[in-house]
Amino acid sequence: MEMRLRGYRVVSGRARGEVIVTSQPISFWGGVDPATGRVNDPRHELFGQSIAGRVLAFPFGKGSSTTSLIILELTRVGKAPAAIVNLRTEPILAAGPLVSRHFYGREIPVMTLDPEDFGKLRTGQHAEIDADASVLTIKD
Amino acid sequence: MYLTDQEKRILDGRHGEARRMALSILVDLGELFGAEEMMAVSQVHIDSSVYMVDAGIEFAQRMVELGGRVAVPTSLNISAVDFERWKEYRVSAALLEKSRSLERAYLEMGAAPTWTCAPYQQGMIPRFGEQIAWGESNAIAFANSVIGARTNRYGDLVDVCAAIVGRVPRFGLHLSENRKAEVLIRLKGISGEMFCDRSIYPLLGFLLGEIAGDRIAAMEGIPRDVDVDSLKGFSAAAASSGAVGLFHLIGVTPEAQTSEMCFQGAKPAEVVEITAGMVQDAEERLWTARGERVDLVALGCPHFSFMEFRELARLVGGRRIHPSVVFWVFTSRTVYGWVRGSGLLEDLGRAGIGVFTDGCPLQIPTDSWNFRVMMTNSAKSANYCYSQTGLDVAYGNLEDCVETAVHGRIRRGRPKWR
Repeated sequence: MEMRLRGYRVVSGRARGEVIVTSQPISFWGGVDPATGRVNDPRHELFGQSIAGRVLAFPFGKGSSTTSLIILELTRVGKAPAAIVNLRTEPILAAGPLVSRHFYGREIPVMTLDPEDFGKLRTGQHAEIDADASVLTIKD
Repeated sequence: MYLTDQEKRILDGRHGEARRMALSILVDLGELFGAEEMMAVSQVHIDSSVYMVDAGIEFAQRMVELGGRVAVPTSLNISAVDFERWKEYRVSAALLEKSRSLERAYLEMGAAPTWTCAPYQQGMIPRFGEQIAWGESNAIAFANSVIGARTNRYGDLVDVCAAIVGRVPRFGLHLSENRKAEVLIRLKGISGEMFCDRSIYPLLGFLLGEIAGDRIAAMEGIPRDVDVDSLKGFSAAAASSGAVGLFHLIGVTPEAQTSEMCFQGAKPAEVVEITAGMVQDAEERLWTARGERVDLVALGCPHFSFMEFRELARLVGGRRIHPSVVFWVFTSRTVYGWVRGSGLLEDLGRAGIGVFTDGCPLQIPTDSWNFRVMMTNSAKSANYCYSQTGLDVAYGNLEDCVETAVHGRIRRGRPKWR
């Protein structure tokens, strides 16, 4: 079954990947290992799981301003998420994909969804994201 | 977004490639957040100065090669090493060299070698209402909330861009209407002598961050005579558990002298209570250490102030640190100068306490030390400790940290909320 969700573009780009979703905010610094793309905050429900190449859905960022640098490094080593989906994207989080595009020429599209649509995301779904058209397509 | 002719010339590359790239990133950021124009900032604090990953070096070096120089007074956050006492700190040659690369790049850009996460406790202090661009989450929260200066939560690398052009997009916390509190937090059954144990402040900050998330919260019930170091610990904890760039403490912080002020006349969208039980629960959640073993007591997250050094020396009171425990304090070069000049450094040295500058307890070269358990009086440090260092962590007030270090096993006083 296919489901098209309309959202809002934050950072442009297109990507596809397996969805990994959490209801908890994430601080990339102190939360994600920049070498492997694994969540390394023991208090986080995604602890031990990899976000590399996946469509990472979490409500909003938190914590350190080094978040953007960790995202740039994940891009550099090829462990970045394919795309990011939020309820709200704060400036520190947006800066990571933005600088990745300007500096390494690589895209990590970022989109926001309304809470109702965000709630339809499930880990393991396959998603195609077209941030320019503000559309997220879920293919179960 | 409206751009001035001067800004258009920068984007056309007529003022060099570094300024072009820096302004392009900032304009894109502004577009994302609906900014209508750019604005000048009077100072920048660069968080990207600490070596974390190679991308940080690549970015800084490229900006220097492209001619990037800071356009406004710019301070630097911590480094991963102590540039003076790195041997004693046992950093690897590789880490030293990477940190030196960053040092060279940022000094070449013209930033001041402040090497501190607490720029507000030394020379570069913004005024109330001043428009600035700061990185480092604790410093952002402190500057916005305690001082009433105005900065967004600028992420690494964007802070470098802001320094190079001296401009940022006008949006978010730069604008008065976006500094309004949305959530009211009331303290229930927390008052009086509970505040005598100052470890309650970082715990309340930690809870505020969890409740607020990325919203602006106002807390009622903080004593008006709260000292600045407690506000520092509160800010750092709040910015580590939430995306907190600004909070209000009613009757304490400058934009919240009354409740009406910080809610700008509106009613809170939500009212939440914090009870003593929640404070106790927050404290327990920060602990990952089990048992009494402790290897390292690390203070100075954010960097230790001169008053904290005085208090530490008083609590140690001429005793010696237990030989099984390493005791380190992290501070800025500026405060280090005051500590050395006051004779406190000798007192602490005799007790067996090491004082490092430039670096951070969360950046210790753990490979060179066989630490397993760390104790700290910082809720921010405790929050990030395991994921950043692999060490288990214990949390307590300054007195708990000293008694633990002197006795060689974890000691906890009994705070009133337990």
